[in-house]
Amino acid sequence: MTAITERQQRAYIGAVAAEARVNVELETEGMTLNIGPQHPATHGTLRIVVQLDGEQVIAAEPMPGYMHRGYEKLTEVRTYPQVTTLVNRIDWLGHFANEVPFILAAEQLMDIEAPPRAQWIRTVFFELARQANITLFLGDLGAQIGAITPVFYAFRDREHILNLMESVTGGRFHPNFDRIGGLKDDLPKGWIEECKGVMGRVKGFCDQMEDLLFGNEIFQTRLRGIGVIPADVALSYGLSGANLRASGVDWDLRRDRDYPLAWKEADWKVWTHPDGDSFARCWVRLQEVRESAKIVEQLLDGIPSGPIMAKVPRIIKVPAGEAWVSTENPLGEMGYYVVSKGDLGPFRCKIRSASFNNVSVIPWVMKGVYVPDVIAILASLYFILGDIDR
Amino acid sequence: MQPDDAVTSEEGAPVEAAPAEEEAPVRDELRAPVLEALEAALGDAVVATEVRPGQDAWARIRVDAWGEAARVLREELGFTYFCFLSAVDWLPSPFGKSEDDAAPVAVDPGAPFDHGTTGGDTRFQLIARVERPGTGLGITLKADVADDAPAAPTWSTVYLGANWHERECWEMFGITFDGHPNLSHLYLPGEFEGHPLRKDFPLISRMVKPWPGLVDVEPMPGETNDEEEGAEVAAE
Repeated sequence: MTAITERQQRAYIGAVAAEARVNVELETEGMTLNIGPQHPATHGTLRIVVQLDGEQVIAAEPMPGYMHRGYEKLTEVRTYPQVTTLVNRIDWLGHFANEVPFILAAEQLMDIEAPPRAQWIRTVFFELARQANITLFLGDLGAQIGAITPVFYAFRDREHILNLMESVTGGRFHPNFDRIGGLKDDLPKGWIEECKGVMGRVKGFCDQMEDLLFGNEIFQTRLRGIGVIPADVALSYGLSGANLRASGVDWDLRRDRDYPLAWKEADWKVWTHPDGDSFARCWVRLQEVRESAKIVEQLLDGIPSGPIMAKVPRIIKVPAGEAWVSTENPLGEMGYYVVSKGDLGPFRCKIRSASFNNVSVIPWVMKGVYVPDVIAILASLYFILGDIDR
Repeated sequence: MQPDDAVTSEEGAPVEAAPAEEEAPVRDELRAPVLEALEAALGDAVVATEVRPGQDAWARIRVDAWGEAARVLREELGFTYFCFLSAVDWLPSPFGKSEDDAAPVAVDPGAPFDHGTTGGDTRFQLIARVERPGTGLGITLKADVADDAPAAPTWSTVYLGANWHERECWEMFGITFDGHPNLSHLYLPGEFEGHPLRKDFPLISRMVKPWPGLVDVEPMPGETNDEEEGAEVAAE
């Protein structure tokens, strides 16, 4: 037995006194809570500093920049074909979809158009990228609010989509398949049948998620009415994609803009939700995967024959000019403002990524929510860190 | 780099000629009225406009009317969706593309800059884009900002999303936005010096180890013109 020192004794008395004071006065002090940079809900390394008053958030400030790779600067020292390898890694789950708007912008400046077969296959791959991306979102969503099972189903079914990509492009995550004037290669034999089988699987996965998650009472309680973003705020912040459609804005660039791609050839529907809460955002994404599978199924039957590449010079020089092309990517509107001075590479390339705007709404939407809702809102806003930081 | 001139002479000429032929007669019924309404609201603050029929529209605004332009577009013309805000540094890069076979670039500091669509007077130009939701209609705005101490009125009071874009623009280009609530670093550490997206900011990693550049697109043996290339690609 050792006697306690005087210092220890004083500390003990101080601790008891402090506890008594809290118990008696019920006083809460403001607290700063750091979420991230490493957190499963941040899809990368996003740090959010949250000021708490008890359980309630009084201010939340996201701090991006842990993954900034300087792509806008790098594009200025690359040639046009080299840029696609960079932009592949912006939204790494929607790989192929990142390449398309850049290639379209370059094609617009060069005034060339890929042959119809290439456009159809581009559309199919674009939608496959969407499915691979959002499938994982649906699984991850469950994991983030406490349901572990869906994430395994999501990885299982996404694997089939990635295998499809791999069998054509050779790359599971970074296909780098889109070329100015067409595509690198044609589809291998038997791929179309295989793809149809996978689309059935993806639809089955959606049904399964709907039963497993969206009908679940706990899931609904965690998400319904949480993080409501009205349409005018969403537009003002530049939210796009499912986040905007969940606030009741009926806008899908695939439908409302003219693209050389084949979206207009298929019969599909743009889903919106009037609520604007976290549940609505998740629900709209679920429908988006379903519609995407429908698009692919319809396009597979009608892929026109013909060449896969237009006539393009071996060394690509893009005439001077400026072009803006954006597409409806899995995360929202993704676009490139390309400034060319007639060189081998862009003079300036502004990359407008969807998550950057989607996440900038966090300080607005998180005011006054409770701590568990922070993760639910983060999960439902759905961002990829590479897409914020670029 | 020797095959370059062969490409431009065959492919560059028709491309540049095509838009000039189309633009004069075609009036874009969707985009032209927007620019006219903007000119009516802002008067001579609209310095230049351009419409590429069926594709896009541009307007260059005097920088003192930059904030007012945002308000008119959002509240009067229905462009409620904020897309992006950024800038262009028109200084030709003194470092070139940092390829190991590239000749050194001579930049004449006094020479006028080669501006793009709708022209320009200054080194730095703001670009911003807003869109009308539910349609495919958008407009790109530009404004010249002063070379010394570049500054512009903030958009963040009109479009909430401009807040972060202006913070990024401020740290990357050194353009300040008057009236911005919190002009602080977004990506870069607080003690960072310089503005990385300015053309005179060197990309050190690339200078230390130059990129091989054109090695992977060297012409294949037997290739002389586009005709053969097209045939070869089709055969592949």
